[in-house]
Amino acid sequence: MKKRIVTVVGKDSVGIIAKVCVYLANNDINILDIAQTIVGGYFNMMMVVDIQNSSKSTDIVASELSQIGDEIGVQIKVQHEEIFEMMHRI
Amino acid sequence: MISINEVIETNNMISKMNLDVRTITMGISLLDCVGSDVDDTCRKIYEKITTYAKDLVKTGNDISQKYGIPIVNKRISITPVSLVGGSVCKSSADFVKIAKALDEAAKTVGVNFIGGYSALVSKGMTTADELLIRSIPEALASTSKVCSSVNVGSTKTGINMDAVKLIGEVILETAELTKEEDSLGCCKFVVFCNAPDDNPFMAGAFHGVTEADCIINVGVSGPGVVKKALEEVRGENFEILCETIKKTAFKVTRVGQLVAKEASKRLNVPFGIVDLSLAPTPAVGDSVGEILEEIGLEYAGAPGTTAALALLNDQVKKGGVMASSYVGGLSGAFIPVSEDQRMIDAVSAGALTLEKLEAMTCVCSVGLDMIAIPGDTKASTISGIIADEMALGMINQKTTAVRLIPVIGKGVGETAEFGGLLGYAPIMPVNNFGCEQFVNRGGRIPAPIHSFKN
Repeated sequence: MKKRIVTVVGKDSVGIIAKVCVYLANNDINILDIAQTIVGGYFNMMMVVDIQNSSKSTDIVASELSQIGDEIGVQIKVQHEEIFEMMHRI
Repeated sequence: MISINEVIETNNMISKMNLDVRTITMGISLLDCVGSDVDDTCRKIYEKITTYAKDLVKTGNDISQKYGIPIVNKRISITPVSLVGGSVCKSSADFVKIAKALDEAAKTVGVNFIGGYSALVSKGMTTADELLIRSIPEALASTSKVCSSVNVGSTKTGINMDAVKLIGEVILETAELTKEEDSLGCCKFVVFCNAPDDNPFMAGAFHGVTEADCIINVGVSGPGVVKKALEEVRGENFEILCETIKKTAFKVTRVGQLVAKEASKRLNVPFGIVDLSLAPTPAVGDSVGEILEEIGLEYAGAPGTTAALALLNDQVKKGGVMASSYVGGLSGAFIPVSEDQRMIDAVSAGALTLEKLEAMTCVCSVGLDMIAIPGDTKASTISGIIADEMALGMINQKTTAVRLIPVIGKGVGETAEFGGLLGYAPIMPVNNFGCEQFVNRGGRIPAPIHSFKN
């Protein structure tokens, strides 16, 4: 399993999750967990995904998702889960 | 499983609080680069650096992408050049040739600084040490990436006052040679007492002789994160204040540890240390001065500043030490003036003086850092200031350093502009009462006693 964390931050609007999920499905990226919340008026979504079966590398997935984010006016980031594990778990 | 709040917290630290990894510094030993003559040595140095560090910048960028954390600088530290060039350099001009080879190598591999144009003279100077020290002005004026440092004292050896005297003159000469750029050359030179062998931060980084052939050291940062965390506990007591700093320092340092391990793995170079310093930049929200204000001071420099800084420094260490398997370098809070917007503001407001900064350096890492002083300051006065700072380090068994910039052609009330990470600085007044007779005595101050501590 190659876990990555996808985060989406921006103004809420119709179809954000749909857009991201369609991209992930088309690229054989499995969603393991999904959570969302509103912080300071901004839509925040986090997905834990597994890119093991995707033919694309994390770099490419990150840049393509970032581009989709630009199109719908939100910021999308793809990060390795280790940074969160390190910071929040002893 | 990681929770969304933890993800949001981490990403806010990065995007809103300037959390970054300040530097990945590759330490490279040049002891095996001594050639038959200066040119041969330069060639070997260039080859070794450009071979070992060829993937350093790319690796740094890749790791940055992987974790979504900025890695601001990629740098190199090398064996003190006075040791490498000792047998082949017969003049200061020979040493300058090595400086130029280092500059070329740094440009080839794309790092922004290379540190280690250095000499370790805490007890005495060899001929090579003295030639190197005398070559510093020319070396810094004719290169852009090379950083230089000289260790003139230690707790074990005392202070080499001959070197302190010489360095006062060297700093003025460096300032003179780079006066077109507000004496920028002096920003790349630092004088130390108890210099650490594994410091990843410039200008004082060098690869000590006790180190392995090649090593990866990482310097973290994060004053903005500490400041933001302290906003949440305004008015609370010291226990809560200290706990908050400690926990935040832990989180910040963990990121450094992660990046260091990853860089070490990818470059196939052993991991050395994480330096858990709070290193500010001129950016708003990336300031140690701001943390001091958040602790409860109107400005850095107000009464209480030394105590506030002492607790800050101590908590940063306590939190950071647990977060990393190997901690080293300077590890504490940096208080450079020009690189920290709120420190600049404190100086401009008249709250912060050179003397208060000196007191603050007793309780934090480094010392009198990035302080612009009038260009007509006498060499002996600069040496006197250095001697004072070195004495603090020697007696207190800690690293202290001085990076003063006498800005040629400018005086108190004017501003020196250095640009980029180096920032700008209001020129601070110095105490101009004479100390020539003290500085000119010659010789060294003996090592201090290690008992009867009071």
